[in-house]
Amino acid sequence: MRTARVALMLLAGLFVSCGTHQQSAIDPAGPQSENIAGLWWFFFWTLTSIFLAVMVFMLWTLTRRHRGIEQEPLEIRHAPSPETESRINRTVAGCTIATVVILFVLLIASVGTGKSVSELANKNNGLTVDVTGNEWWWHIRYQNSDASMVFDTANEIHIPVGRPVQIRGMSQDVIHSFWVPNLHGKRDLIPSHVTTEWIQADRPGIYRGQCAEFCGLQHAHMSVYVIAEPESKFQDWYNAQLEPAASPSTPVTQHGQQVFLNNACIFCHQIRGTTAGGQNGPDLTHFGSRMGIAANTVPNTKGNLGGWILDPQSMKPGNHMATIALPSTDLQPLIEYLESLK
Amino acid sequence: MTATQDIVPQTQNQAEDLENLNRVWRHPRGVLGWLSYTTHQAIGMRYIVTAFIMLLAGGIEALLIRTQLAHSNNTFLGPDHYNEIFTTHGTTMMFLFAVPMMEGMAIYLVPLMLGTRNVAFPRLNAFGYWMYLGGVLFLYWGVFTNAAPDMGWFAYTPLSGPQFTPGKRTDIWAQMITFTEVSAMCVAAEIIATVFKMRAPRMSLNRIPLYVWSMLIQSFMVLFAMPAIMIASSFLLSDRTVATHFVNPAEGGDPLLYQHIFWFFGHPEVYIIFIPALGFASAIVSANCRREVVGYTAMVLSQIANGFIAFGLWVHHMFATGLPQIGEAFFTASSMMIAITSGVQIFCWLATMWTGRIRLTTSMHFIYGFIAIFALGGMTGVILASVPLDLQAHDTFFVVGHFHYVLIGGAVFPLFGAFYHWFPKMTGRLMNETAGKLNFWVLFVGFNLTFFPMHILGLKGMTRRIYTYPPEMGWDQLNMLATIGAWIIAIGGLIFLANVFWGRRYGTVAGNNPWDAESLEWAAASPPKNYNFEYLPVVTSRAPLWVPPEDRTFVTGLRNDRREVLVTTLMDAEPHHRYVLPRPSIWPFLTGVAVTIGFIGSVFDAWYITFGSILTGICLIGWFWPSRPVELEP
Repeated sequence: MRTARVALMLLAGLFVSCGTHQQSAIDPAGPQSENIAGLWWFFFWTLTSIFLAVMVFMLWTLTRRHRGIEQEPLEIRHAPSPETESRINRTVAGCTIATVVILFVLLIASVGTGKSVSELANKNNGLTVDVTGNEWWWHIRYQNSDASMVFDTANEIHIPVGRPVQIRGMSQDVIHSFWVPNLHGKRDLIPSHVTTEWIQADRPGIYRGQCAEFCGLQHAHMSVYVIAEPESKFQDWYNAQLEPAASPSTPVTQHGQQVFLNNACIFCHQIRGTTAGGQNGPDLTHFGSRMGIAANTVPNTKGNLGGWILDPQSMKPGNHMATIALPSTDLQPLIEYLESLK
Repeated sequence: MTATQDIVPQTQNQAEDLENLNRVWRHPRGVLGWLSYTTHQAIGMRYIVTAFIMLLAGGIEALLIRTQLAHSNNTFLGPDHYNEIFTTHGTTMMFLFAVPMMEGMAIYLVPLMLGTRNVAFPRLNAFGYWMYLGGVLFLYWGVFTNAAPDMGWFAYTPLSGPQFTPGKRTDIWAQMITFTEVSAMCVAAEIIATVFKMRAPRMSLNRIPLYVWSMLIQSFMVLFAMPAIMIASSFLLSDRTVATHFVNPAEGGDPLLYQHIFWFFGHPEVYIIFIPALGFASAIVSANCRREVVGYTAMVLSQIANGFIAFGLWVHHMFATGLPQIGEAFFTASSMMIAITSGVQIFCWLATMWTGRIRLTTSMHFIYGFIAIFALGGMTGVILASVPLDLQAHDTFFVVGHFHYVLIGGAVFPLFGAFYHWFPKMTGRLMNETAGKLNFWVLFVGFNLTFFPMHILGLKGMTRRIYTYPPEMGWDQLNMLATIGAWIIAIGGLIFLANVFWGRRYGTVAGNNPWDAESLEWAAASPPKNYNFEYLPVVTSRAPLWVPPEDRTFVTGLRNDRREVLVTTLMDAEPHHRYVLPRPSIWPFLTGVAVTIGFIGSVFDAWYITFGSILTGICLIGWFWPSRPVELEP
């Protein structure tokens, strides 16, 4: 029995150890994921005990095996007594009834959790964030009833700690799925449909998520960060995002801005406050403040940015960013300019 | 070998009867003759061998996938090849290995178990195989010409639509589905007609072997599930080739409609694969526990219930698309009900083992492995039925782990048990039991090493169908473990292949009934003659070969100078009339070629539909051309 207990603890340990990593369904950071994780552990322990009971019984049958088949004639058949038969039939029936009862309990627990998770959404002080899936990046729009307070960003969602946030999911092309496991389960983003999900973070932190519905060549490189901050810090970020892009202040960044505006960049990217208004790619107004490049495929550093602009296909084969041949005299200022867009 | 077999009635003209049977059921000679075979053993074996080759192909693809995922940022395969390979792996395993393999085993075994000479429509049977082969060749022609499908085996629109996957890859996939649909429908019709009308006299419905019950239920499921995928793939194909608007959102179609229709087929498909395997398990358990399976009625009823419930839970594949709460509760409850019907069967097998006297053969090893793995897969299935848990686990490696536990554990382990069990019947020789047990342990260890870590990876956030992942995710070690496991499974496969080739050559000669099992196939010769039984048996028990030999009776009075079989009544199998099966014919093959030309051509040019239909019409005229009365033909 002691070994069994040790084995059980090891088994549980395997699952718990997941908690230390950043993207995990059972390291909850919000009320939704906490409820779900609670349900998970209830299911886990119930089902593990049943499974072990079945296994013990199955291995027990081995002790009743027909030993020494070589010595006994092969055709000996076993006909248990009618009493044994009726006892075994009753046992089977009893096990079946137990199965039904256990499943009923699990069903009630599951539906109850589903209900309480969805009731967390019935709060009106929430933010609404539109998440639109694209091949292979996330378009993020902070909604507001006042149109001048609406702004766009990409691949990064900042939320205030303790406040429910409504995610409205849409898609520009194929089906994607928004999933930040530490906060909530996933919700598909379906073209010509709008789906909703409420998330909330109770602890400040950076929670990684990624697209969960296969969406083509770069499905693997389509991740999103949800950054939960205390209310005041969030407000600072929010107000900064509402501003148009900072005007370049040095000759180098001024040259960089001209490179951006005189090249194909403007067909896809928007930088508010300039003439660049493309809508096919991520908004770059405050690009310099973001954590990653190419839907967080790599960290946002000057080196990575240069590599990305010069040869997007080697970093993320198949993506839709155009390759633009820039002389290094233009590339360096462009990088400086984009990184200056805090 | 024992006193329980080889008892046949002594008639005056036995030698003449035998000679007639041998002549009438002889295979035609030559290459054209080989293409004309219509006996169920030959067609069944063709299915089994082709489907096994597909298992190897799907296995090689699995190894490529696992090798790519062995560590983070691996560049062994690029995204394009990776997508092609995982799509081809899923497609091959579902459509070209699992279903056809189960069908092939059934075509081989069902007539033998029912005590008849062939399936009900032998030419349709041959045609079904050629259709299946057409699908295999079409898909793999695509694979070797860089046109393998790359949108996942479920082909969700709009990703699979004309806008996002131009080219012919998806068309080839959708038309391959058409081939396998036709083939599966042919087999389903065969099995149902054979089981209902061609059973041995007095083998009433409550006496047919549990395996035959499982195939009967599976065939009905095929009849109801295949039209759904036919609609889904036709919507997709016509959206792609002639710009219709069914499921393409850019044209006002609805991508969720496609998902509903696809999973209305897709979920029953899983049970279409594993219900026959439950039948294998029952046959192996009763033969090796030396008693009939406990709870025949409960087993049959729970399998029928399985078949029905299978059609009521497809939405659990779509929980993440968002559903009203009452709908979620309904589909959670219906999904959990499967655990009840499956549980009953597991309890019955365990009770059989408990009260029987177990002979621990290789096939019995596979049954123990099956129960262990399948039970765990069932537990994770209950987890996935719960909407809140599914929203976390859906489309992650947790699901990959789950369905490999139920499909490999629930279908492939019993299938390997069945190979070891019926190999002597099919070839006349036994496989090596020691190597067989080694085979089991290697597969069992490799399997768990590969797929158990996937559950943990899924909870740690590893999503499905990603070709690589960054090192900081902490997924490296478990993935490496899974990859090592996959290579161990490959070694298990090689041991099996070696055992097959060794067994065919050097295995112990089996005799008719090496396991002293109870069902009728063990009364036939090993391997069976083309006519299966010299004298058709009469059945008075659920375990006909465990009836004392002196109490057995046989059918006499059938003509042996033509391919004559006995048709019996539906419920009680009372003899009704004699029926003459058609002779071998090249027309099923030619019709298969004509339909193949139409199907493949139509992907490239709509005119091929016309062209293929005309050719098919001509071939069908040849197929149904009336022949002279069959009186002692050469």
